[in-house]
Amino acid sequence: MWEYTDKVKEHFLNPRNVGTIENADGTGEVGSLACGDALTLTLKIDDEVITDARFKTFGCASAIASSSALTEMIKGKTVAEAEKITNEDIADFLGGLPKEKMHCSVMGREALEAAIANYRGVVLPMAEGEVVCECFGVTDLEIIRAIKESNLRSVEEITNFTKAGGGCGKCQDRLEEILRATHAKSLTQIKAPEKTRRLTNIQKIKLIEDALEREIRPALRKDGGDIELVDVDGDFVIVSLRGACGSCKKSQTTLKEYVEKKLREQVLDTLIVEEGK
Amino acid sequence: MAAEVIYMDNNATTRVAPEVFEEMRPYFCDLYGNPSSMHAFGGQVGRKLAEARGRVASLLNVEPDELVFTSCGTESDSTAILSALEAFPEKRHIITTRVEHPAVKNLCERMQSRTGHKYRLTRLSVDRQGMLDLDEYEKALADDTAIVSVMWANNETGVVFPVEKMAAMAKEHGILFHTDAVQAVGKIAIDLEKAPVDFLSLSGHKLHAPKGVGVLYVRKGTPYVPFLIGGHQERGRRGGTENVASVIGLGKACELAGRMMAEENTRVKALRDRLEAGLLAAIPHAILNGHPDHRLPNTSNISFEYVEGEAILLHLDRYGICASSGSACTSGSLEPSHVMRAMGVPFTAAHGSIRFSLSIYNTEKEVDFILEHLPGIISNLRELSPFWQNMNK
Repeated sequence: MWEYTDKVKEHFLNPRNVGTIENADGTGEVGSLACGDALTLTLKIDDEVITDARFKTFGCASAIASSSALTEMIKGKTVAEAEKITNEDIADFLGGLPKEKMHCSVMGREALEAAIANYRGVVLPMAEGEVVCECFGVTDLEIIRAIKESNLRSVEEITNFTKAGGGCGKCQDRLEEILRATHAKSLTQIKAPEKTRRLTNIQKIKLIEDALEREIRPALRKDGGDIELVDVDGDFVIVSLRGACGSCKKSQTTLKEYVEKKLREQVLDTLIVEEGK
Repeated sequence: MAAEVIYMDNNATTRVAPEVFEEMRPYFCDLYGNPSSMHAFGGQVGRKLAEARGRVASLLNVEPDELVFTSCGTESDSTAILSALEAFPEKRHIITTRVEHPAVKNLCERMQSRTGHKYRLTRLSVDRQGMLDLDEYEKALADDTAIVSVMWANNETGVVFPVEKMAAMAKEHGILFHTDAVQAVGKIAIDLEKAPVDFLSLSGHKLHAPKGVGVLYVRKGTPYVPFLIGGHQERGRRGGTENVASVIGLGKACELAGRMMAEENTRVKALRDRLEAGLLAAIPHAILNGHPDHRLPNTSNISFEYVEGEAILLHLDRYGICASSGSACTSGSLEPSHVMRAMGVPFTAAHGSIRFSLSIYNTEKEVDFILEHLPGIISNLRELSPFWQNMNK
C-alpha cells in the first residue's frame, strides 16, 4: 500500500474544482487511457488572471489529488505567475508524493502548460521532439526537461518522473544516453566542479578527512559524539562512530542522512558510507 | 483498522482458521522439541509432524513421503523447476504460460535470459477468457523439454487450467510436469492419483494456515535435486529444521479444507455469483474477466471501464472492504498486470480491474454491503474521468 500524506488523501477523497468550464479560455489535455492516467484542465482567464480552473482526471489517488491541488494553486494567479509552477511545487503542496508517483505531479504541470499555450494560441515545443518511449509516448525534450528540473540521476528516476522506460523497457539504453548527454552539457555550461572526477585513494582520503574535520566532526561533537575514518575502499568509506554516537539508536540515520550526504556533496557523489566497529 | 473489515482478498492471503491456531498453540512454548531429536520430548513433536504430513497427503490423495515441507509456494516452485533442469542437464527447453505467478514466471524468464540463452522458453498464450490452447501446447512439447510448469488456477482471474490433461500429454512425451497449485488447493478437489503431475506446489497461507509454510509434492520415482542443502530433514530433500508449528497448522488446515470443500463450492460460490451478478447488473460498462465457468468458486475479477483500480480500492478501503486490482498504479509498475495484458483485456478495462476473492468466512450481509456501496463509488469516479464524459457525449 502506498504511503500517501493526509493532504493527498484529503484531496483525493474531496477533490476541488471538478468539472469542465464551458467556453474555456484555455484547455490542456494530457495523458491517455492507455497510459493509465489522463487529465483535462480548463481555465477561465480574465485580464491575464486565472479566475477559474476545473479538471477531469482518470487515474490513481495521487493523479486525482495532484489535479485538485493544481487547480487550487493557480486560481487567482496571473498567467505569468502560474507559468512558474513546477511539478515539485505541486508535490510540495500535497506534502510530498511517493517517488514512484512523481509522474502524477508532472502530468499536472504539463496540463497547465498545455492550457496556457492553448490560451495564447501557441504550439508547445514538447509535443514536437522525438518520441523515445513508445509505450507512454514520451519525447526526448520532455525527458531532458525533467532531468534538468528535478536533477534526475538515474534511469529509474526518469521513469518515476516521466513514466518513460516503465513499459516494455526497450528505450532504457536510450534514456541512459540522454541522461549522460544532458548532465555532460550542464556540466560544461555552468562549469560546475567535476564530481565524477577520478581521484586516487590518497587524494580521496585527504578530501574526506578535510570534510570530517571542517564540518562533520564539530557537528557530532555538539551532541557528545565523534567519528573516525577507518578505511576507504573504492567508493566505500568505512567510519567508526564514537562517544555518544556509538551507542545512539539513530546512529545509522546519522551515518546515511548526514555523514554520507555531506561527503557526497563535498567529495564525490558516488561515495557510500558504512560503519565498521 | 476499522473493527468491521470485509475481507474479500483471500487469493492474496487468508485468515488463519481458529481451529488451526489452536492446533499450533502448544508447539511454541510447551512442546518445543526438535522433531529430529532422539529424546522422547522431541519425538512426540516428530509424531505430530507425521500426522500433519498424513493430513496434507489425504487432501491430495498421495503418499505422505511424497511431500516435502518448504517455507512457501515460491520455494516449492523454485525447487521443482531447478530440480528438473539440474536432473536433465542436456535438456534446454522450458514450457510455461504467460499468466503464471511471478514465482514461476520470473524464474523461467531468468533461466532464459541470465544463462546466456542456454534455455529456450515457450510461454503459452491465453485467449480473451484466459484459457490455454491445447494444440499450441501439444506443438510446443519437444524432445529437449526439461519441464512444463503450468498453474492449476490463476490467482487474478481464478481460471482453472486442464492440468490433468496437460500432465498426461507431457507424460506421453516423457516430460516432467510441475503445477503451481497454491490457488487451487483447498478450493477445488485435487486428486493426484488421477492427475499425473510430477511436482505440485502449495502454500499454507492461501488455505487458512499461517504464512511461511508451503509444500512441494514430488511423485515417487521423480528425479529430484534438493534446493536447500543442509541436514537430513525431509529425508534429505530439504535441509533446515521444519517450521514445526506452521506445518502442524497446515496439516489441520488441509483437514478442514477437505471438510469444507463442499461448502466452498456451494455456499461460497453462491455468494461470489450473487456479488458478481449484482455488480454487473448495477454498473454499466462492467466486464467480467476470465472464463465464467472454468473458474475457482471464490474468485471474481471485474473491470470497470474508464476508472482506475487504485482509486476504486482506496474508496472501498474507507468502508473496510478489502479487494485487489490488476491496475498499474497498485503495483508500482506502470503497466497493468501481465495476466490482463496476456488476455488482451483492452487498456480501458485493464486499469480498472478489481478482484474479489471470497472465503468460507464471508457472509451474504457483506456481499450486500458491497453491492450497496460500490456502484456509487464507480459513478463518482466516472464523474471525475475525462473519458466517461466523452463516452456520454
